Parts: sequence; C-alpha cells; structure tokens
Amino acid sequence: MSSKISLEDKTQTTKVGFNWASLIKILTPALGILAGALVGSIVIVAKGVNPVTAYYYLLEGAFGSLDNFTASLIKSIPLGLTGLAVALSYKAGIFNIGCEGQLYLAAVGATVVGTSFAGLPSIIHIPLAILAGALLGGLYALIPGILKAYKGFNEIVITMLMNYIAIYFVSYLVQGPIKMPDQFYPQSAPILESARLPFIIPGTRLHAGFLIVLALAVLLWWVFNKTTFGFQIRGVGLNQRAMEYGGTNSKQLLVKVMFLSGCIAGIAGAGEILGVHMRLLENFSVNVGYDAIAVALLADLNPLGVLLSALFFGSLRNGANSMQISTGIPTAFVTIVQALAVLFVVMSAGLPRILKKWRRMKANA
Amino acid sequence: MTTVLKMVGITKRFPKVVANENVTIELNKGEILALLGENGAGKSTLMNCLYGLYHPDEGEIFINGEPVKINCSEDAIKHGIGMVHQHFMLVPELTVTENVILGLKSHREPFLDLKAAEKVVQELSDRYRFNVNPRAKVKDLPVGIQQRVEILKTLYRKADILILDEATAVLTPQEVEELFQIIRRLTEEGKSILIITHKLDEVMALADRVTVLRDGKVAGTVAKKDTNPKDLARMMVGREVFLNFERKPCTPGEVLMKVEHLEVKDKQGVRAVKDISFELRAGEVLGIAGVDGNGQIELSEAITGLMPYSGGKIYINGQEQHHINPRKLLEAGVSHIPQDRHRTGLVLEFTISENLILQEFYTSTYSKNGVLKQDVIRSHGEKMIKDYQIKATDPSVTARTLSGGNQQKIILARELNRKPKILIAVQPTRGLDIGATEFVRRQLIEQRDNGSAVLLISTELEEILSIADRIAVIHEGEFMGIIPNENVDIEEIGLMMAGRKKAS
Repeated sequence: MSSKISLEDKTQTTKVGFNWASLIKILTPALGILAGALVGSIVIVAKGVNPVTAYYYLLEGAFGSLDNFTASLIKSIPLGLTGLAVALSYKAGIFNIGCEGQLYLAAVGATVVGTSFAGLPSIIHIPLAILAGALLGGLYALIPGILKAYKGFNEIVITMLMNYIAIYFVSYLVQGPIKMPDQFYPQSAPILESARLPFIIPGTRLHAGFLIVLALAVLLWWVFNKTTFGFQIRGVGLNQRAMEYGGTNSKQLLVKVMFLSGCIAGIAGAGEILGVHMRLLENFSVNVGYDAIAVALLADLNPLGVLLSALFFGSLRNGANSMQISTGIPTAFVTIVQALAVLFVVMSAGLPRILKKWRRMKANA
Repeated sequence: MTTVLKMVGITKRFPKVVANENVTIELNKGEILALLGENGAGKSTLMNCLYGLYHPDEGEIFINGEPVKINCSEDAIKHGIGMVHQHFMLVPELTVTENVILGLKSHREPFLDLKAAEKVVQELSDRYRFNVNPRAKVKDLPVGIQQRVEILKTLYRKADILILDEATAVLTPQEVEELFQIIRRLTEEGKSILIITHKLDEVMALADRVTVLRDGKVAGTVAKKDTNPKDLARMMVGREVFLNFERKPCTPGEVLMKVEHLEVKDKQGVRAVKDISFELRAGEVLGIAGVDGNGQIELSEAITGLMPYSGGKIYINGQEQHHINPRKLLEAGVSHIPQDRHRTGLVLEFTISENLILQEFYTSTYSKNGVLKQDVIRSHGEKMIKDYQIKATDPSVTARTLSGGNQQKIILARELNRKPKILIAVQPTRGLDIGATEFVRRQLIEQRDNGSAVLLISTELEEILSIADRIAVIHEGEFMGIIPNENVDIEEIGLMMAGRKKAS
C-alpha cells in the first residue's frame, strides 16, 4: 500500500518537474514522422503524383478497413518484437544487429517442433514451439554476447555477419533436410494444427502473437523501471565502469541481456512461422531485423514507444501496396519515409547545439 | 606605469547563469596579476572572453589603450596575448621546435624552415634561462619542462601578455619554484602576466596584485602587500573559512588493511606499481602524496578491485584477499571514493536516489525478490540530501544537473552512510571549491575520529599535510618512504616526490 502512494508521489513530481521535457520527448518522433512524410512528398511530386492523393491511399491501405488495419497489425508484430529485442540490448549498451539471423534460426526451431509431436494439445504444443524458437534465437545471440563481453569483439560486425549464416542455413534446410517430400517449392511440411497460433479477431488473420508483443512490451517496461535487473541494465548502458565500481558484474549482465534479446527476436521468428506462414520458407522475412533498429531508435528505446513505432513501420509496409496500385508510386518509397523520419529524430538531438552555433556565427558577423 | 590590458564591464550570460557580471580588470606592464576565485567563479569564462573563445555580451577590451575586438584566438595572438593551458596542447612525438611552430606559416612555404625556427627557440630559451633543448622530443621531457615549451610557444608568437591557467596543478614543489622564477624573469623583461588560480599560497608567493572573483563578480582588487591569505579566502568564499583543521591526536588501533609487495601492470603491460607495502590502522589517515601519474590510479584501482594486480598480497581485516571485487569489498566494510566522479563514481544520467544505491540496490533494504522498493529508495534520497547538504530540490533529478561539489556529496553520502571500516579516498576534493573542499576534508577526519581507517591518495600536498597522520610519497610506482606528519620538511617531501628515496 505504502509503495503505491509513493509511486503516485513520484509521477506527480515528475509531472511538475519535467512536463516540458516529456512533452518534447513524445512530440519529437511524431514531428520526425511528419517531417519525413513532408520531405518524402518531394519524391511523390517528382513522380507527377499529388502527394495528398498518394498519402490518402497509403493511409487507406493501412487503416481503411478492419482487414486493412489488422493486416497492418500483423506486419507490426515481428517489427515490435525485434524492436523490443534491439531496445533491450541497446539499453545495456550492446548493439544487437543480429535480430534477423536470430529470427531465422528461431523459425527453424519452431518449425521442427511445430511439425512434430502430432497429438499434443495446443496449450502445450504452441508454447513448446515458441519456446524452441526463443531458445534457438537466444543461443544464437549468446555467441556474439560472449565474444563481446569477455573478448572485446565488435558485436555489430559479428551479429551482422551471423545474419547471413542463419538466412542461408534456412535456405539449405528447406532445399534439403527438411524439405517436404514430393514438393516442387523449397518449403517445409506445414505446421500441425495444434501448434498454430489462434486468430484473435474472428474473420481476420490477426494472430495471438499480437498479445505476446503487447505483454512483452509491458513486461520489459516494468523490468527496466522497477527491478534490480533493469537498474543494472540501464546503469551498464549509461556507464559500465561506474556500475562495475558499484559491484555489478557487467560482463555477465551483457551476456544475459544478449541472450534475452535473442530470445525475443526468436519469438518474432516463431510467431511468423506459427501465425502467418504456417511453414518454413526461404526468405520468409525481409529485413525485419534491420528495421527493428529504426523501430527501437524512433521509440527512444522505450518499450511502450516501440509498440507505436512498430505500428508506424507496419502500417507503412502494409499501406504501401495500396498506394502502389492506386498511384503507381513504388512500395520502396515507404523506406524513404522511414529513413527520413529516423534521420529527423536523430537530428533533433543535435538541433539545440546547431542552433546555438548558428546564433553565435550570426552574432559574430 | 602603463596599463597594457584593460577589460571593462565585461558581462557574459549563459542560458541559465550569468558567468561574468560587470567585471573589470587591469593589468600593468611588467606586473603579475592573479585572478583568484573558486571553481565556477567565472575565471575561465573571463579568460575565454579575452582569448576570443567566448564573446562577451557587454563590455570592452583595451590593449595598450586601444579598444580591440577579439573574435577568435588568432586575433588574441595578433594582439600579443598568449595562453598557457592547464592541460598542455603538445604533440608528444614531435620535437620542441616542431611543437612551437605548429600551426604557423613558414618563411619558405611550402617547405618548413626548421633551422631558423630552432635558432629562435634556442635564443628565447637562453634569454629566459628555460634550459630547453629545441631538438628534444616532447614525450621525453619532464612535465615541468613541457610547460616551458608551452610558454615558449607564446613567446615565439611574440606575446607580451601571458595567461597561465592553473599552472602549478601538475608540478612538484621544486618545479613550482622554478616556474615562479621563470615568471619573474619574464616580467623583468617587460612581459605582463595573468595567473589564474584558486590557490592562496600561489597568490601570496607570486602576484603583485590580486583580483578576486566571486559568483561572476569582482569581489575586490588588492595589492598583495596589503592582504593576507585569510582575507583573500574570505573575499573568495564570502565568509570565514577554516583552512587548518584542529585534529585530535591520532590513536591508531588494529591493522585493518595490509598490502605487501604489491605490483600492478597498467594496460600496456608496464609495471605502474612496484613493490608497494603498507599497513593501514583503525583511527588513522594514511596519506599518499605524489605528482599526478606516478601510479596512484593503478594502486587505488588494484586495491579496490577495479584492476587486477600481478604480484603481492592484500589483507583486509587480517584475511588475505585472492580475488578482490567491488562487491566483496563492500561487504567487508570498505568504501571507495574514486578519483573520477564522472567516469567511475556516478552514473550521471541516473537520479540522485539511484546513484545513492549504486552498490546496495540488491540488498533487502532496497529491493525484494528483484523488485526495487521505490518508496524506500526515494525517502533515502531525501534523507541524504538533508544530511549531506546536497543542493538539490528533489532526489529524482539526475546527477548531471548538479555542480561538481554536490555530485561529490552524493558519493560521500553513499560511501560514508555505510559507516565503512576502511575508507579509500582518491583525489576527493579535485575540482571542488573551498566550501566543498572544507566539507569533504571534515568528513574524512570525522571518519578517522570514529575509528575508521582512511587511505587518502591525493596530488594536493597541502591536502595531505592538513589531514594525514602519516605520509607516504609515491614516485614512479614506488614508495620513496613513509613519514609521520609532524614538523614535516616540505623540501624533503618535494625531493621524494621527485624520486629521491628517504634515507632510512
């Protein structure tokens, strides 16, 4: 009871003290997206299309109907999960660029479990398949984690290179060892009914992965802000040396964080297989693990913010199709808007300094 | 006497503070003017205005009676102003001459004219008796000589007004004396000198006149012969200060920490600490004096578990420690005030409350089953703010927003509140103003009086002399000797700091 009171106290003082700052924090990504869309319209105009029309069809495609909206949500799920994975690792100061690879390897685990054990009830089969994915993703991330923490290797290079290994490993598997017999296409056998994620809105294909990403975001926010583990993660991310001075074993912590980050990315991979594709395919996911970095940065590593920025990225990806069909602007255009939005947000961090310098130059002139 | 430099009514505002308010100083030809003030009093801002790094919002600068506008450091150099920075701006791999001409146009562009430059450097060195070899590489020179290279740089650029920023911070007592002689020689040759300092002794030993800054304003300008350290301190702080502590006689108890033949290798694998042994007893302060960079950092990090050691033994409470790590030390009752509060002592983006539990967050006081007790943590923060007079409205503000003195108070609150049996304090007052320094030193003495063992590692000899019971002097990673702090011969300590072993 007493803890509840003090929590309210704290939010109150924060509100009074940092109202302006927190408002800017929320506004910055929104303005970044807006600026990205505005600058992006130059490209649309150059194509001879009215930007208003193009954005109308983009939004229409993303949110225009229940079907469109749930399709956006479905696209947001893996982005949100991998976004959380990146946010978790980067919060501790280690950069997991390997979500793509972890996701692919996890898909193998989910497929193997999801295509075996016929007769298992769903309530056991689904968690088991997800767990297999999470575990493989986590173990795959453990390698760069250990190399970084104990040997000082650059985790960015290692995770990135390991992505290719995982992606091509999946290609190899679906062309050979786990290819469905008597099939022309390189793909695995379908996931058993008992291991498929249920759809949560009747008549749509929105699968239960949506609930998982919501729950994980809240859980991660709670861990960051309320637990000793989160305290150490934030501390090591901000000043590893000070935390070591304070008695935290930062190397061990980084390894743990990397494992958990890989697990979350793994859940994304398992979700795609068990909820969307229902079998393992080549190239079933394109650049989700890389977009995850932008998702996490746009959200300023805030797990709840990751949900919103994943929705933004997911709806862009989804709405792009309808825009292309109606106006001829290619889907690749949305990557311009994404990139511009992130650039503007990153720039805004340096803006006060630039303004100051500019003012000084003016004063001198 | 002619006035060479006059800064009149200088005001410089920053978004949140007025760093200089209507400051006026005057420097006469051939005189030494000391600009005295605590950290944050506005000394550096004023000098940066003079050197063209900042632009004053109001006020005028006159050089030799002419109003001038200084927009950048090139302008300042053109007007004959030279600056010797506290942190040297030298390239270690280059020779003295090369460093001196760095950034200047040669007479024979695009080729260097090293011969001609070398001749000039040699002449300047001879004229002021600098004893600098123009061909020596800077990295091979002792710190005191490197500083002369900095001065040479300004003279080569024909400076008549020299600004020396905290020039004695890195020198041994002997080197300080030599620097003073050089400065006097420069004034005899007609140069005018501005020294920036917060050390009263330095002002009394060297300056002709003193301008004291306090909170960005001139608190007064006096001739040295009309003042004394006590008055200057009062002008600087705005109240009575106690520079010398009344210390109760030392009553050492049992040995709490013992170090035997400690050897530490630095990151390059070079032996930075060689064969150091000492005992630290309850109820005493052991001071380790020495010039910066003589193995103090490695010694302190080895005994606090931040760095491995390659040889020797460490005993705490009579038990040999095999793998020292910070948490084990904490649980054994050791507190550590690290030398770099920004890099080591604090997580600057953390709140005051969070910084206060940096070590103990996992204990049952502050968490349960891995969940932090937010209410306890917050009220602990409020209590520490009160107990240690930390100037902050709320424990939920980040440490970054506080001044250096208040940041140090967070560390003190955290380290002392545990009631440590052993306290290891490294440069605990570096960068602090007189008020905060006094507070910190008082706390250290209080710890000792309460029966704790205090190890004080400091490059400020005056700090060691004012609170230590025994003094060890470290030079190039070795102890030159350990002497009791009674009727100490400064000359002797100075020689030990320069590497002469005490005859035993």
